[in-house]
Amino acid sequence: MTIRIYVPKDACAIACGADEVVEAIEAAARKRQQPVEIVRNGSRGMLWLEPLVEVVTAEGRIGYGPVEAGDVEGLFEAGFLTGGAHGLRIGKPEEHPFLAKQTRLTFARCGIIDPASYTDYRAHGGYRGLERALQLGPAEIIEEVKKSGLRGRGGAGFPTAIKWKTVADAKAERKYIVCNADEGDSGTFADRMIMEGDPFELIEGMTIAGIAVGATKGFVYTRSEYPHAIWAMEKAIEVARAHGMLGVNIAGSQYSFDMEVRMGAGAYVCGEETALLDSLEGKRGTVRAKPPLPAHKGLFQKPTVINNVLSLTAVPHILADGGEFYANFGMGRSRGTMPIQIAGNVKFGGLFETAFGITLGELINDIGGGTASGRPVKAAQVGGPLGAYVPTWQFDLPFDYESFAAKDALIGHGGIVVFDESADMAKMARFAMEFCSVESCGKCTPCRIGSTRGVELMDRIMAGERREANLATLTDLCQTMKLGSLCALGGFTPYPVLSAMNHFPEDFGAPPHRLEAAE
Amino acid sequence: MPHYEPWSDERARAVIEEFSHLEGPLMPMLHAVQETFGHVPDAVVPMLAEMLNISRAEVHGVVTFYHDFRHEPAGHHVLKLCRAEACQAAGGDALADHAEHRLGCKLGETTADGRVTVEPIYCLGLCATAPSAMLDGKIVARLNERRLDALIAEAQS
Ligand SMILES: Cc1cc2nc3c(=O)[nH]c(=O)nc-3n(C[C@H](O)[C@H](O)[C@H](O)COP(=O)(O)O)c2cc1C
Ligand code: SF4
Ligand code: FES
Ligand code: FES
Repeated sequence: MTIRIYVPKDACAIACGADEVVEAIEAAARKRQQPVEIVRNGSRGMLWLEPLVEVVTAEGRIGYGPVEAGDVEGLFEAGFLTGGAHGLRIGKPEEHPFLAKQTRLTFARCGIIDPASYTDYRAHGGYRGLERALQLGPAEIIEEVKKSGLRGRGGAGFPTAIKWKTVADAKAERKYIVCNADEGDSGTFADRMIMEGDPFELIEGMTIAGIAVGATKGFVYTRSEYPHAIWAMEKAIEVARAHGMLGVNIAGSQYSFDMEVRMGAGAYVCGEETALLDSLEGKRGTVRAKPPLPAHKGLFQKPTVINNVLSLTAVPHILADGGEFYANFGMGRSRGTMPIQIAGNVKFGGLFETAFGITLGELINDIGGGTASGRPVKAAQVGGPLGAYVPTWQFDLPFDYESFAAKDALIGHGGIVVFDESADMAKMARFAMEFCSVESCGKCTPCRIGSTRGVELMDRIMAGERREANLATLTDLCQTMKLGSLCALGGFTPYPVLSAMNHFPEDFGAPPHRLEAAE
Repeated sequence: MPHYEPWSDERARAVIEEFSHLEGPLMPMLHAVQETFGHVPDAVVPMLAEMLNISRAEVHGVVTFYHDFRHEPAGHHVLKLCRAEACQAAGGDALADHAEHRLGCKLGETTADGRVTVEPIYCLGLCATAPSAMLDGKIVARLNERRLDALIAEAQS
């Protein structure tokens, strides 16, 4: 009897040796004349367990991880093909506390299905959202998205329905859906995981967006650092076309929609929506002044919806189960679920999708298990390179746009990077300035010149030169960057810098203070 | 190890023309040129300008804006070390120092024998299994000194 084995094809699994594990399994099976069928699934998101190999047994899928090629003989010896006991056995993945505690909507299928299989996608609830969208029609699709309370998952948290309505109302012979898959924030990988693990979900979300606003063409703009995601997306687009789910008269309806994947070229600023549009057009990735909004004059000056991968992949669920169902999750004005990414110096790093409202401390200590190094946690940077460093005494902060904003912090794309005690926060502040200077699009002076000045100031501060005066100048410079920058690269770089400086003055050679603790 | 073709006007034109039907073809064209020749040679700039009916200055501006596009060919192998925050938190600084020491050149440089170019990269999306690196097209996570030495040996071989 052929035994089915799942070995993820997620980039993280591959980087941890999944391809070698596949070869070892094939060799061991051949040796035993045991027929096996290896399915390359996406990742379940328990990334410390990758490669997480799952065997389909009579009781269901049994996981083993992290498996290295050298473990495979031993696994066969231990009878892992029938779920045998072994040090790496984790049991049923869905019963693992890391997964059992989650509320998975966007990532419900990721790691379970074969990402290249249209049949698998359908069998697991795929295209239910599109079917309902086709019954509802454009106006009611947007109404449903509005009811869901969905806010953009790319960083700014702008209500998705408002954006869509603007494009729907714009009159033009051509409109576009652009998916922002430029995921450049350190500590984030949710877009990558979904493109590699459930690419049809993004295709479905973009198709629904196209129908809602009257766009017939979509682009997924992603990074050159994501070759595996590009392959997976392109493969799925081909399959969807072959099944009549992209192209003319989708699923036999009156609507037509098709899409392409485009690759950036290593510029962080191209994640900013207008720089991204310029890059797609074949220009330098320079930020455009607004207005006009992309919704009015976007790609090639045509009305354009630009949304993050996670915004677009929330849409099929909102349509399938209703906006109210989605809005039932969350807190305050942050509705639904957020795929949170736990990374850096952390024991159990991975993807944790949950309703808004969970605290940072729960995420880092309870779910993430604290640091990988075993040293105490010092701080976490949340929201990528433009996000604040949050000290441990603020870990009761709930994951919610408004709560974070109240502390001068941001959720951004939901990435959490954990640092242990050994981290030098002055060095991290310097890095934030340096990153800004390297990645600045060059359009405005506070960002372009200011960040270079920031690096110089940090060098002086770290060398102990006129510390107090230089710290004061740095604070002023941050203020100038905040107020005078056109986009959030220059405008938000001060947040990691100032948070590092204010929470960890001792790293900047100033006397320590812990006033925040009393708040 | 990646194999690149020697420059040829004719070949370049053919590579570029494959993308001429696209909306916004310049970026895909530049990627294709670099994939074929290993860098974006100056000679391709007037060719693109003419084909797309834009100025040479505009094409040049685009080529120089993006970190990925190389003006000169790289070493035989390219080792990219992730230097973004999550990889720094997981010990990436020490590994970068180690690599520079072993290769005898700084990040952004090529070894004297032209075998290895070592470069910083900012996030490979492998941040939960950091630190990460990429050798030519191959991605590697959970990097430590031992694994890094193996990568360096592979690149130098
Ligand atoms: C420097 C910079 C980088 C950004 N990078 C990304 C990114 O990688 N992915 C993303 O979705 N949004 C990114 N954004 C936010 C986008 O400009 C924009 O808000 C987003 O694409 C809108 O989609 P949403 O409403 O679905 O979030 C970035 C913004 C700035 C200023
Ligand atoms: S803040 Fe920086 S990246 Fe943003 S528009 Fe200005 S120069 Fe460009
Ligand atoms: S030029 Fe230095 S901040 Fe304005
Ligand atoms: S920060 Fe290094 S892989 Fe993301």
